Amino acid sequence: MEPGDHLFRREAGRMVTALTRIFGLDNLALAEDVVQDAFCRALEVWKIRGVPNNPSAWLMKTAKNRALDVVRRERTARTFAPELGRLLESEWTLVPTVDELFGASAIKDDQLRMMFSCCHPNLPEQTQVALVLALICGFGVGEIAAAFLTGQDATQKRLVRAKKVLAASKRLFDFADREFSARLSAVHRALYLLFNEGYHGASPESAVRTELCREAIRLAGLLVEHPLASTPASFALCALMCLHAARLPSRVDEAGDLSSLFDQDRSKWDAELTARGLRYLDQSAAGTELSEYHIEAAIASIHAAAPRMEDTDWKSIASMYDRLMALAPSPVVALNRAIAIAQVEGPERGLEEIRNIDDRERLASYPFYSAALGELELRSGRCEAAREHFAHALALSRNPMERRFLTRRAEACGATQL
Amino acid sequence: MSEFVFLYRGGERAQSPEQSEKQMQKWVAWMKELGEKGHMKDRGQPLEPTGKVVRGKQKVVTDGPYPESKDLVGGYTLIEAKDLAQAAELSKGCPIFEFDGLVEVRPVMEM
Repeated sequence: MEPGDHLFRREAGRMVTALTRIFGLDNLALAEDVVQDAFCRALEVWKIRGVPNNPSAWLMKTAKNRALDVVRRERTARTFAPELGRLLESEWTLVPTVDELFGASAIKDDQLRMMFSCCHPNLPEQTQVALVLALICGFGVGEIAAAFLTGQDATQKRLVRAKKVLAASKRLFDFADREFSARLSAVHRALYLLFNEGYHGASPESAVRTELCREAIRLAGLLVEHPLASTPASFALCALMCLHAARLPSRVDEAGDLSSLFDQDRSKWDAELTARGLRYLDQSAAGTELSEYHIEAAIASIHAAAPRMEDTDWKSIASMYDRLMALAPSPVVALNRAIAIAQVEGPERGLEEIRNIDDRERLASYPFYSAALGELELRSGRCEAAREHFAHALALSRNPMERRFLTRRAEACGATQL
Repeated sequence: MSEFVFLYRGGERAQSPEQSEKQMQKWVAWMKELGEKGHMKDRGQPLEPTGKVVRGKQKVVTDGPYPESKDLVGGYTLIEAKDLAQAAELSKGCPIFEFDGLVEVRPVMEM
């Protein structure tokens, strides 16, 4: 077993899904217990006998046998998955049914259904993401708490409450449900949030948590492989994630410092991920749907197409931001639009656009708002004002990487003045 | 060279798959090291946490062996070492100490 391949976490997600399908969503806690037991067992045996050649198969078999035990023991006392009807009742059908539900393609399908179940409209978005991490990605409470900077107890309570909401449904979300497309949008948003948490995350340890990005891409990949969920917006979401993730290797430089898009070493961009992103972007163009993910992916593709920063087609980017503002306006989008305009028409115009942002007070606690003001003031030659903005951004920074980055920018103001 | 048995007692359960995986990797690394240094006689076996204890002339059967999992032997390994001191030293690399468990080092009686 290689360090860092997260085999256990991945398998945990698959096992919880298969078991939930068998036991029913209202018996989620039972499914989680069985998974926990399977891992404890694996640990006890493997630590002495060594890891078997096919650890995934070993885990799955253990979980499957436990599932059969539980069903045989409790089928009179509990109601298991209603959609399986009488299949679990007789020994003739029990084993083949359970076998089939533990098969790779059934699990893939059911993981998607689980993802839709997690994005329940009665749950806040961040809770939906926490549930996805817990149930599909196999994250523990501690790991989820770390991802969202929340306390362990609070996270635990939030998950318990959320699972109660899920359990009220009894069965996993059905793709034939009338709510399908609304729920698909919720899934998109949750995955987008998960990706951003990894990309821009507010974690004090590290600004880039590749793992969360990787999970988001993996789950979005499940969407585009499914006949119903592979909508243009799903492809666009995949495209945008891949195109952004392609830049991850250069977001942090050799010294461990954040590197802005303007001075990243573009030779480190992941060409394979970029190509994959562009393929998804092509596929997203089928049909007439134009989502915010389409536009964001298109913007990312323009950056990807520029071998050097100076080659960037900022004019197209600015016009893309115009469309994004029309479709899904937000102060952050407006700020990015202003930055693009500054690239085309100069820093003064950029500053003017920033001053015109509606409810820009909502950006007040966002360090990169002050940092953008600082950059544009610096380019306009007003070093003192720039330094103040950077100092302000510095006070808002959320991790050592951001702090070092902003400190360097603040120092740049001094150097210009000398 | 003499033979020794490492008895692994107790140790807390991992709280998440990721923690299980980390514990696992530490055990794998430790066992590998024992093998490479030529101390591993037999990997041994893990033991089920359940069991029965039969005692007394009445042969009373109870669930056991211990009510508390911290005292349970979870498995054993057969080790080769120069002497008891070296065997005890070798046991110090066991990951079980990070998880609140202990290793009992027992010389195998020589015939």
